[in-house]
Amino acid sequence: MQEKKYLTVLALTKYIKRKFDADPHLQDVHVRGEISNFKQHSSGHMYFTLKDEKARILAVMFSSQSRTMKFSPENGMKVVVKGDISVYEPSGQYQIYIKEMQPDGIGELFLAYEQLRKRLEAEGLFSVEHKKTIPSYPKTVGVITSPTGAAIRDVITTIKRRYPIANILVLPALVQGGNAASSIARAIEKANTLDGIDVLIVGRGGGSIEELWAFNEELVARAIHQSEVPIISAVGHETDFTIADFVADMRAPTPTAAAELAVPHIDELMERLLQRKTRMLQSMNGRYRFEKQRLDRVQKSYAFRYPHRLYEQKLEQVDKLTEMLVRGASRLTDVKKSQHETIHNRLMRNHPRVALREAESRFVRSQKDIGRAMEQILLKKQTEFKRIISTLQALSPLKIMERGYSLVYSEENQLIKSIKQVKENEPLQIQLTDGSLLCNVQNIKESENRDE
Amino acid sequence: MTNEQKVSFEEAMNKLEQIVDKLEEGDVPLEEAIAFYKEGMELSKLCHNKLKSVEEQLTQIITEDGSKQNFAIEEEE
Repeated sequence: MQEKKYLTVLALTKYIKRKFDADPHLQDVHVRGEISNFKQHSSGHMYFTLKDEKARILAVMFSSQSRTMKFSPENGMKVVVKGDISVYEPSGQYQIYIKEMQPDGIGELFLAYEQLRKRLEAEGLFSVEHKKTIPSYPKTVGVITSPTGAAIRDVITTIKRRYPIANILVLPALVQGGNAASSIARAIEKANTLDGIDVLIVGRGGGSIEELWAFNEELVARAIHQSEVPIISAVGHETDFTIADFVADMRAPTPTAAAELAVPHIDELMERLLQRKTRMLQSMNGRYRFEKQRLDRVQKSYAFRYPHRLYEQKLEQVDKLTEMLVRGASRLTDVKKSQHETIHNRLMRNHPRVALREAESRFVRSQKDIGRAMEQILLKKQTEFKRIISTLQALSPLKIMERGYSLVYSEENQLIKSIKQVKENEPLQIQLTDGSLLCNVQNIKESENRDE
Repeated sequence: MTNEQKVSFEEAMNKLEQIVDKLEEGDVPLEEAIAFYKEGMELSKLCHNKLKSVEEQLTQIITEDGSKQNFAIEEEE
């Protein structure tokens, strides 16, 4: 026991690995199984488990081998693989190193097609909003296809027949084989750098799925998607649709059909032009007739034929109105006149003449009355006066003087009634009936029997 | 017809169609209608000329070095 030799794990593993590698039955084995735990490293290497109902084996496929594969492996996918069995020393696990892998049952290309179609559809490359409008009247049509072959001939003859005024620019491309996809994509990019291409036809004549494969490649799909120039896909009619058909702005079943879609037919255009011209002429003619009729109608109108009727009527109207005016005015005058008369009569009825006459007569009466009264008063006063006069005359000093009496006045014209009023040598005036005597007092004698 | 070079066939066709529509609607004032009609006839002539002037257009091919060359269909044997 003591002399027993211990192996290192590595030595043991290396031994086992050598056993595996040396066994010819474990080289280039073909295995059928289902993929699970699929992982793809950023380096491109694939790690997964290959299993069936009862067993499983780890599987590795390096990017150098997987790169040429058209489809992408997925969990649950049934595949047939070819590879070598070996041991991965760090984990002590045996695994199959796959060199080739194909989908089991269906064709590899079909699967790849389906996968790409689903992926691009999910990405939205087929969506309608990405579709560009194909111009109605292209000046230049770009054609991307093989410069030899039926496709280019069909396109050119169709365009020249339908729309000879269009330029055709052929951008040659490989349409078959391993380099076809990149060649087509490059041609599409090139077409976008050139000026003046209005629409692109990308396609080729019919063929098997392998022959048409370039039109199912992602590279071509992306190039079509990114193209600024609208693209009509025209891949021959043997398969239903290529990926390019889905991405293109319009799909034609054949190159000839694509050419028909790309350009209008010149005869149709001529026809349309003629139609428009005719329509324009017709509408102008219609318009002319209509306006002419309107003019005729107006010119034939009553007013134009009998222009004097226009003012005759007016004249009549003026006459009528004048008449009405006159009649109205006179009626108004009448009314006013009668009103005036009424008022005048009322005024006359209330004229102050009567009152005046009354006042006059009253005045006359009063005057008479007053005259009469005055006369009476006068008469009475006269009588009275006469009586008084006669009385007065009877009492008049003059009468008395007539009887010999006189009046003596002092120098101051005061009536002297007593001797006491005068002194000696004083002048006196003695008034007689027929004049006065100027005398001086010589002597004053007082009477003795004065008190009788 | 000085603008013959500037107007594209498509523009001319669209314009012509608009003019025809307008004239057919009929509510354009007469002077305008006449102007439209004149323009329409010019456009029609222009389109016609563009379609008729079939100076056989070129078919060219882009060669390897990127230049353009005239292209003739090679008949398949």
